[in-house]
Amino acid sequence: MYQHNAFDQAFLRNRNTQFRAQVERRLSGSLTEDEFKPLRLMNGVYLQLHAYMLRAAIPYGTLSADQMRVLAEVAERWDRGYGHFTTRQNIQFNWVALTDIPDILDHMETVGLHAIQTSGNCIRNTTTDALAGAAADEIADPRPYAELIRQWSTDHAEFQFLPRKFKIAITGSPDDRAAIAAHDVGLQLVEQGGEIGFRVLVGGGLGRTPMLAQELRPFLPSAELLPYLEAILSAYNLAGRRDNKYKARIKITVFEHGIDTFRQAVEDQFARIRPAYTGEDQQLLAEIAAQFTLPDLRENMAEYDATTRKVDPLYAAWAAQAVSAHKRADHASVTVALKVAGEEPGDASADQMRALADIAARYGYNELRITHSQNVVLPHVAREDLPAVHAALLRAGLAAANMGKLSDIIACPGMDYCALATARSIPLAQEIAQHFQTIGLEDEIGALNLKISGCINACGHHHLGHIGILGLDRAGAENYQITIGGHEGDSTHPAAIGEKMGPGFAYEAVVPALERLLRAYLELRNGAEETFLEAVRRLGLAPFRAALYAEVSDAA
Amino acid sequence: MSVLVRDDGFHAEDFDGLAVELAPTTAPEEIAALVANAGLVAVRFDSFADGRGFTLGRLVRTAGYTGRLRARGPLIADQYAMARRAGFDEVEIPAEIAARQSEADWRARADWQAHDYRKRLGYKGCDSLLA
Ligand code: HEM
Ligand code: SF4
Repeated sequence: MYQHNAFDQAFLRNRNTQFRAQVERRLSGSLTEDEFKPLRLMNGVYLQLHAYMLRAAIPYGTLSADQMRVLAEVAERWDRGYGHFTTRQNIQFNWVALTDIPDILDHMETVGLHAIQTSGNCIRNTTTDALAGAAADEIADPRPYAELIRQWSTDHAEFQFLPRKFKIAITGSPDDRAAIAAHDVGLQLVEQGGEIGFRVLVGGGLGRTPMLAQELRPFLPSAELLPYLEAILSAYNLAGRRDNKYKARIKITVFEHGIDTFRQAVEDQFARIRPAYTGEDQQLLAEIAAQFTLPDLRENMAEYDATTRKVDPLYAAWAAQAVSAHKRADHASVTVALKVAGEEPGDASADQMRALADIAARYGYNELRITHSQNVVLPHVAREDLPAVHAALLRAGLAAANMGKLSDIIACPGMDYCALATARSIPLAQEIAQHFQTIGLEDEIGALNLKISGCINACGHHHLGHIGILGLDRAGAENYQITIGGHEGDSTHPAAIGEKMGPGFAYEAVVPALERLLRAYLELRNGAEETFLEAVRRLGLAPFRAALYAEVSDAA
Repeated sequence: MSVLVRDDGFHAEDFDGLAVELAPTTAPEEIAALVANAGLVAVRFDSFADGRGFTLGRLVRTAGYTGRLRARGPLIADQYAMARRAGFDEVEIPAEIAARQSEADWRARADWQAHDYRKRLGYKGCDSLLA
């Protein structure tokens, strides 16, 4: 794991001192509210419906056990005892006081955590595959590059006041687990003739105008990453629209100018910027990469996992969902679901965070990851320890085996916390999860990716859900639009945006509509191996649309 | 009256000569011709929240301009380091901002060369762009 060096520490302390002074200057009137706003946002401080919210970064989704303990402490001392893990590898504290935030930031700094550029019109926390460095299918570890981008983008003089926020995601595997096509810039590590480089995508984003990113360069040599990113950002900084915030994202810039014109602008900038970089970044990159090596994995009695599966059905059911292959066969990665039916997706209490930290310290080489589906991963666990990890998770109330299934719902905060919401999303997620578990269909339905957003900004990425739900406001009543067939993209199928099914449903009508839809799937599928998404691909949308609206048209 | 800010604090206007002002909408390819004979180039910021000027400042340097480069507009003290790193020599702010944000607020950012990640990553800075 990356350890902050003296430079990083001095930077962070200085930055926190600056923010403390900014809060004081806001209170003294030196800064107006308008002037203070971007400054607090670039330090992770949002003003929400009920309170200030602090969004802290979990760079490339990696946390040490000690860092997790500090997050637990923040939740307990300054919030209401819990935190909310988001889809972009951040954690949000929803109930903090503005004047406490400088103290919270100082406390987080002691373990190298920060909230820099987690909000605002600047380059955000770079996200990546939660299994990075452990996954068996990886071309190269994306985390050293993500760290390099963190350093380069942090307090970048030119790009703190962009037209709009800017999000970069990077994947090291052909099986994209970072949704790169839905980002402003998506980077995919590729190999060409023995050289490592990037396939560079630009202009993806969801929100009110969902677009998948287009290819800007099929192969960028990895040594040119920083000047090339700088060129993209410069072109966007000048050309991005500033007259209408809904048209300000780079996806609109690329769409309005066309990818070829935009590419030309980037290449023009690149020619100017390239000579200003000495190449010293490559030396730093090598030093960074040396900190992302695998821990010293110990020899162990890996068979114990398989033998326990034979005799303990509860363990076997959990392991079938939670355990995935590791680079080294006698180890595994464990996914811990933060989607306990009836609780808020992505929420973790201070006790749960501490339990996870303890489990990571004892069995997981001190390492934890936060996934973009709001779950937690223990990337390296010796197979012989898996049954003990399961037992410890059971005690902490974290042993749900619903990963990748219906109740593993991604939902944004919606009406419960968010000032922009037009509908509730968390309570709906809770009702859906509970309903399908109660009627016992969840396991039969199998792999299903359901995503909910509480307004058109699409924080829940509903467009990419196999089933997506978007909560809107229609004449004062909540109304939920359903999309089908969305997909985040993997090695066999590119990312896809789901199709709207038709008129929306009232809050109470959503669960029955989903039940009709999913019962239709169970009837139509080619056996249990055919997932919902595969059935949609084979049969088209018509039978599913018919099922969704069956009752409505019967009544009419 | 506006106020000039440099590393050593506030100053009154002290330039007298041919000044060229660049609007935030200036196209990159036009810059070289516009600044060729200037004694002072001022890049205009219409709002502190509009960051185009930071990129334009660098592009003025890339175009080979070595003279006095000024950021002009309602910038805030917190942006002083950004302006300096982007190639500007000084910032020209309206009197209203100078009255609200003290000289001390601005001078707190005179250490703009410290804690610079990009420099550490081998970015040579705007001066290096002068071919
Ligand atoms: C509660 C406070 C929040 C507010 C006010 C908020 C606001 C917004 C807005 C306005 C956008 C659209 C920006 C644009 O398209 O230009 C956005 C996008 C996004 N938000 Fe949030 N958000 C909040 C919480 C969250 C949370 C909790 C998550 C994760 C679970 C999240 C994940 C995202 C993502 C992934 C996007 C990008 C969607 C895209 O690709 O366009 N947000 N947010
Ligand atoms: S999608 Fe809308 S309701 Fe949900 S968090 Fe984002 S802005 Fe808020």
